[in-house]
Amino acid sequence: MSPRLVPAGSDPAGRRDRPLTITVDGDPYTGVAGQTLAGVLLAAGRTSWRQAPSGAPRGVFCGIGVCFDCLVTVNDERDVRACRRRARDGDAVTTQSRATGERDGQRP
Amino acid sequence: MTGEPVTGRRHVVVVGAGPAGLAAADAALAAGAQVTLIDTAERPGGQYHRMLPEAYGATDPGVLQHGYRSFDRRVRRVLGHPRCSWWAESSVWALERRDAPDTADVAHVPGSAGDGPPLVHVLSGTPRRRHVLEPDALVLAAGAHDRVLPFPGWDLPGVYTAGAAQALAKGERVAVGDRVAVAGTGPFLLPVATSLLEAGSRVLEVLEAGRPGALAGGWLRRPWELGSQLGKSGELLSYAAELGRHRVPYRLGRAVVEARGDGRVEEIVTARVRADWSVVPGSERVVAVDAVCVGHGFTPRLELPVAAGCALRPLSAESPAGSPSEVFVEVDGDQRTSRPGVYAAGEITGIAGAPASRAEGAVAGWIAAGGAPESRALATLRANRDRGRAFAARLAAAHPIGRNWPGWLRPDTVICRCEETTYAAVCRSAVDPTRTEPGVAKLATRAGLGPCQARICGPTVAELRRGGDTGAGPHHRPVAEPIRLGELARPPEPPPGSSEPSAHPDSPVEESTS
Ligand SMILES: Cc1cc2nc3c(=O)[nH]c(=O)nc-3n(C[C@H](O)[C@H](O)[C@H](O)COP(=O)(O)OP(=O)(O)OC[C@H]3O[C@@H](n4cnc5c(N)ncnc54)[C@H](O)[C@@H]3O)c2cc1C
Ligand code: FES
Repeated sequence: MSPRLVPAGSDPAGRRDRPLTITVDGDPYTGVAGQTLAGVLLAAGRTSWRQAPSGAPRGVFCGIGVCFDCLVTVNDERDVRACRRRARDGDAVTTQSRATGERDGQRP
Repeated sequence: MTGEPVTGRRHVVVVGAGPAGLAAADAALAAGAQVTLIDTAERPGGQYHRMLPEAYGATDPGVLQHGYRSFDRRVRRVLGHPRCSWWAESSVWALERRDAPDTADVAHVPGSAGDGPPLVHVLSGTPRRRHVLEPDALVLAAGAHDRVLPFPGWDLPGVYTAGAAQALAKGERVAVGDRVAVAGTGPFLLPVATSLLEAGSRVLEVLEAGRPGALAGGWLRRPWELGSQLGKSGELLSYAAELGRHRVPYRLGRAVVEARGDGRVEEIVTARVRADWSVVPGSERVVAVDAVCVGHGFTPRLELPVAAGCALRPLSAESPAGSPSEVFVEVDGDQRTSRPGVYAAGEITGIAGAPASRAEGAVAGWIAAGGAPESRALATLRANRDRGRAFAARLAAAHPIGRNWPGWLRPDTVICRCEETTYAAVCRSAVDPTRTEPGVAKLATRAGLGPCQARICGPTVAELRRGGDTGAGPHHRPVAEPIRLGELARPPEPPPGSSEPSAHPDSPVEESTS
């Protein structure tokens, strides 16, 4: 049904997960220290968080920082690639939409 | 400000700590150089040796990787070396040529001021700080990213690149879905499917668009060469065995031609394709999925080599099936590019897998450091490298992209994911005489002007415009990594460990581990 995190108990890599909480537009999401923001959202079953100019939903596509589909605002820092930024406990993430006239990813 | 090593040794800057860059750093250290190894990632390894985050506290990280032990030994040797500075979470955002770019090709005087490699502009640490390095030699090893050909619905959430699925499974232990299809072309689909299975996904099928004929021609011709492929084919066989054990069908000559769903992918349409990848009518099948992972080979990350002024070569020289938009950095037998003091290694010079990248990196690092060209070790490395190149040519021949894939597209299919430029708009710009100039077309269609700066759609748009924008065009990106105005406005800081006074004496590694 959804993306999810391999349970630590059955992971052959032998993990010791330390939980953390972030908020996305005010809603709390629980993740694991070390996950990227995209990893936290995906593992929580959320596949999209940004809107393209037409309003079409976008989430993770390339997973390695190339496509910029996954951009979010983190603690007031705009245009952060969620697939590359490690989540920190207490991060306040706000989603972005280009449909509402916002232009993300505009760089010098 | 310059990062000149106080010791007077040759200073080699290596960009990228994947298999190629790590090997380059290792060899350059062995040849006596001072090395600065830079990577955007938190940990070395690149795409192949993707390491779990330190915070996961994994007791047995090696189980998820082929060749983990020798990789781990190399990482310890390189990162622990007294002459190596490891800059984690650091991005090279620009290369600045020291000569005037427009005069360089006309009259190049060896030994002149413009004779050295470019200045290396780096953003490092959290918050990011700006540094400028002035190396004696520069090794570029930036790797590649997945190429995905568009199809209707490919912009729905739940459609991932094959590499994304791999990165999430291996690097974060996140499985992208429960019912997953893996599709595209190339041997890379096999490790991706295997990682998904390992992470607990149900892999419904692996679809290889290539036809049995092309695969047999590429893979089975002169099979003894494959035996010597540095263990690569053995690794592939182990993936194939794993798929067999899970009874995952591997279907040849089939492709995903559409993804559908309300707000996310719910089903895909697959179809039989001919050798030119045109769809066989009536062969369509609808499959319910919650994720689909697609890869049609790789696009090299060429922005840095292009910024340095390195000459490129088309892939089609080796493979008549290659598209005009497939270009790589041109290197000689010593991994030298056309620019003095600039070397290239790994997948930016050709797609051949990790072992070939390692061999290239080692040659590049050794020569860049001024190591003796007649060294016996180098002969072995060169031989490995040459086998890797032969393997790359094989790969390209066995998995060509069929010319008629645009048959999958509809007029309203999105080509540029950022700007949502449609296939119809790209076609219009290709025939409109006032818009055939690539730059003009870009402005008219907005394709390639969004946040990703044409990284994803560039080669595809070039191809759809039938070669109107080939060569370096789709890869010309003076700013390789986004930089904010505030960061640009601050003066660069001296690199850690330099003799000049610094307001921030911490190394970027220490700054970034919180
Ligand atoms: C997402 C993904 C997953 C893959 N997984 C596998 C796999 O499981 N098995 C397999 O056989 N092959 C895999 N591949 C293929 C892989 O690319 C090669 O096998 C191999 O990793 C190539 O080595 P490399 O050193 O040339 O490049 P890479 O391994 O890609 O390393 C390049 C490094 O350069 C860094 N870099 C790039 N630009 C900059 C910059 N401007 N500043 C600083 N650092 C920079 C990157 O962060 C990266 O770490 C994968 C490819 C991708 C794209
Ligand atoms: S998913 Fe492509 S940049 Fe994050």
